[in-house]
Amino acid sequence: MNAADFLDVVNATLRLSTPLILAALAGLYSERSGIVDIGLEGKMLAAAFSAAVIAALTGSAWLGLLGGIAASLVMAMIHGYASISLRGNQVVSGVAINFVASGLTAFFGQAWFGEGGRTPQLPMTARFGEIDFPGAQAVADVPVLGLVYSHFISGHNLLVYFAFLAVPATWWVVQRTRFGLRLRAVGENPAAVDTAGISVAWMRYRALMLTGLLCGVAGTYLSIAQSAAFTRDMTAGQGYIALAALIFAKWKPWPVLWTCLLFGFLDALSIRLQGVVVPGIGAVPVQAIQALPYILTMILLAGFIGKAIPPRAGGMPYVKER
Amino acid sequence: MSSPIPAGPDRKASGDGISAATAEKPKALARPAPDKLPAWADYALLPLINVVAAFVVSGLAVLMVGANPLEAVKIMVFGALGYGEGVGFTLFYTTNFIFAGLAVAVAYHSGLFNIGAEGQAYVGGLGATFVALALDHFLPWYATVPIALVAACVFGAAWAFIPAWLQARRGSHIVITTIMFNFLANALMVWLLVNYFIQPGTMDPASRPFTEGASIPKLGGLFSLFGADLGAAPLNLCIFLALIAAVFVYVLIWRTKLGYEMRTVGLNPTAAVYAGISTSRIIIITMLISGALAGLLALNPVIGDQQRLQLNFVNGAGFVGIAVALMGRNHPVGICLAALLFGMLYQGGAELAFDMPQVSREMILVIQGLVILFAGALEHMFRPGLTRAVNMISTPQRRRMVEAGEASR
Repeated sequence: MNAADFLDVVNATLRLSTPLILAALAGLYSERSGIVDIGLEGKMLAAAFSAAVIAALTGSAWLGLLGGIAASLVMAMIHGYASISLRGNQVVSGVAINFVASGLTAFFGQAWFGEGGRTPQLPMTARFGEIDFPGAQAVADVPVLGLVYSHFISGHNLLVYFAFLAVPATWWVVQRTRFGLRLRAVGENPAAVDTAGISVAWMRYRALMLTGLLCGVAGTYLSIAQSAAFTRDMTAGQGYIALAALIFAKWKPWPVLWTCLLFGFLDALSIRLQGVVVPGIGAVPVQAIQALPYILTMILLAGFIGKAIPPRAGGMPYVKER
Repeated sequence: MSSPIPAGPDRKASGDGISAATAEKPKALARPAPDKLPAWADYALLPLINVVAAFVVSGLAVLMVGANPLEAVKIMVFGALGYGEGVGFTLFYTTNFIFAGLAVAVAYHSGLFNIGAEGQAYVGGLGATFVALALDHFLPWYATVPIALVAACVFGAAWAFIPAWLQARRGSHIVITTIMFNFLANALMVWLLVNYFIQPGTMDPASRPFTEGASIPKLGGLFSLFGADLGAAPLNLCIFLALIAAVFVYVLIWRTKLGYEMRTVGLNPTAAVYAGISTSRIIIITMLISGALAGLLALNPVIGDQQRLQLNFVNGAGFVGIAVALMGRNHPVGICLAALLFGMLYQGGAELAFDMPQVSREMILVIQGLVILFAGALEHMFRPGLTRAVNMISTPQRRRMVEAGEASR
């Protein structure tokens, strides 16, 4: 692998980890508040579709982003209504959302645009384009620092920067604010939060709104930043990978970043190694690399590398004193 | 998630064993409590309302693309039941969904949510294929198929074993692990098909076609005795196997000691421990049975229809099982009926996409998701209102009669 290959893989890693980071942080808010969220995949998919359709109709990437967030929020609120207000089974609700999103996006995509559910190709103006930082071209030849600045830091689209800034922001919100303290408390011991006079349901609804927002950005990124159209089931399991990353990161913001970068790197590598024959090993089975995130998470879940302890009240509907 | 049992919706509400037991058996109460639904409403009316709600919402989606929902229903029903071949396909799909529904339901009775039926069926097909490829030249079908059946069960169960073991011994959540095992099953099968099963000189990642020695008789002949023509429908003997499996599940869950232990673990794991039941043993056994049932599903498409191992032959049937089990209230009779409904949807939906180009097959996925939503996650939405309505209709006088009758028993 030469230097150009290396740059390619690093850039691909950044691109591929972005939706994972956003979705995993989305799941973090939900799960730290005690609401298990299997529906990250569905929310991303709904957002990707909505963003692509609205961007195609209006020609504006920003309206597309709003549309994506709105679709994801609707899904998040359905999940909230089922699991907070009606105290339904959160896992079942998440599964339902994934199917509904997968079905509706393909159904409307096919009915409105034909072409197997693919939305119209977006022009560059209706997408989030790459942003070149000032002076990036000028310093590109400076060894190391200039290279890092011009290749890794500059030249991504806005949502990539948003994702990487969302990590410290989430850390700050969860660990340093009153809201974060209550969020964590409501996921560990909702009865105590209730006793303190704080509404458990409202806390959880607010957490789910943040989940909806971040999943909306993640889905928007997929359809109008990373690619130029929505294609059927374009999330392709990334919502589940993000869920795995969240577990692997033990529900903490900074580890979420490292895990998503690792999983993104594995993805970039598997694309890179397609058909490559490594001396001594032979052709690398791409499926094995693609399965690695799941295998790593399984090993963690088995307790061989640390222990993943979820929020204590996760998955349990809160019932006030009776 | 750290507890061995995923929390059910009423876990907090039913903290002690007594209330959990009464919640499960309304009839065991001395008199019908005012907030309880009578059994007929609980097991027939409520699921019906949930399905109707799912269909109404789907109908709105059909309206939104400018098609007539009632016309769509008419085409679907005719496509599913209107002629012999349609019926044949409907029952073929139904067979898959019965197996998948039973797999999900068995796990559900132990409080486990098995999302992995899809992957277990996929790997089950691998077991069936090994047997078929090894024996189809030497043995007649009636010797090959029973061995393939056992192999499918064993492979499906094996794929369910690791998530079960992780849940039982390590406390990792079965939902997460079975989801991951679906992806792992997919990666494994793609790798095997592309690298090992593929026929030299072809681009199609599939095994070689099986001979007559690994086939399951179609039911076309049987139906023609009654004057029905199944056409090219792949309906085969597996449907009887599915019905046998349904009876087996009924007997297992409600008529055996093991089934009693499974339900106890599902309703109240703490009480089960005090009663001397090993929850980890029950979790593992339950998941093995669930995985085996999912593995059986593979016989129907792999040996009964396509007669070779193909990419993605399960085609979402394992996920349909979730909707089927929820709608059928995890009872074999309900599951068979729900499976029939989804069989009709799948066959009718194919016809619909043909006749109404703007309504694509993905409509079924929407209905499936909405059924899971209404029958599963939103099950408490219609219940309070329905309970009030039912109690208003059944007059106080009738309720007194019921009480008197129960008391004198």
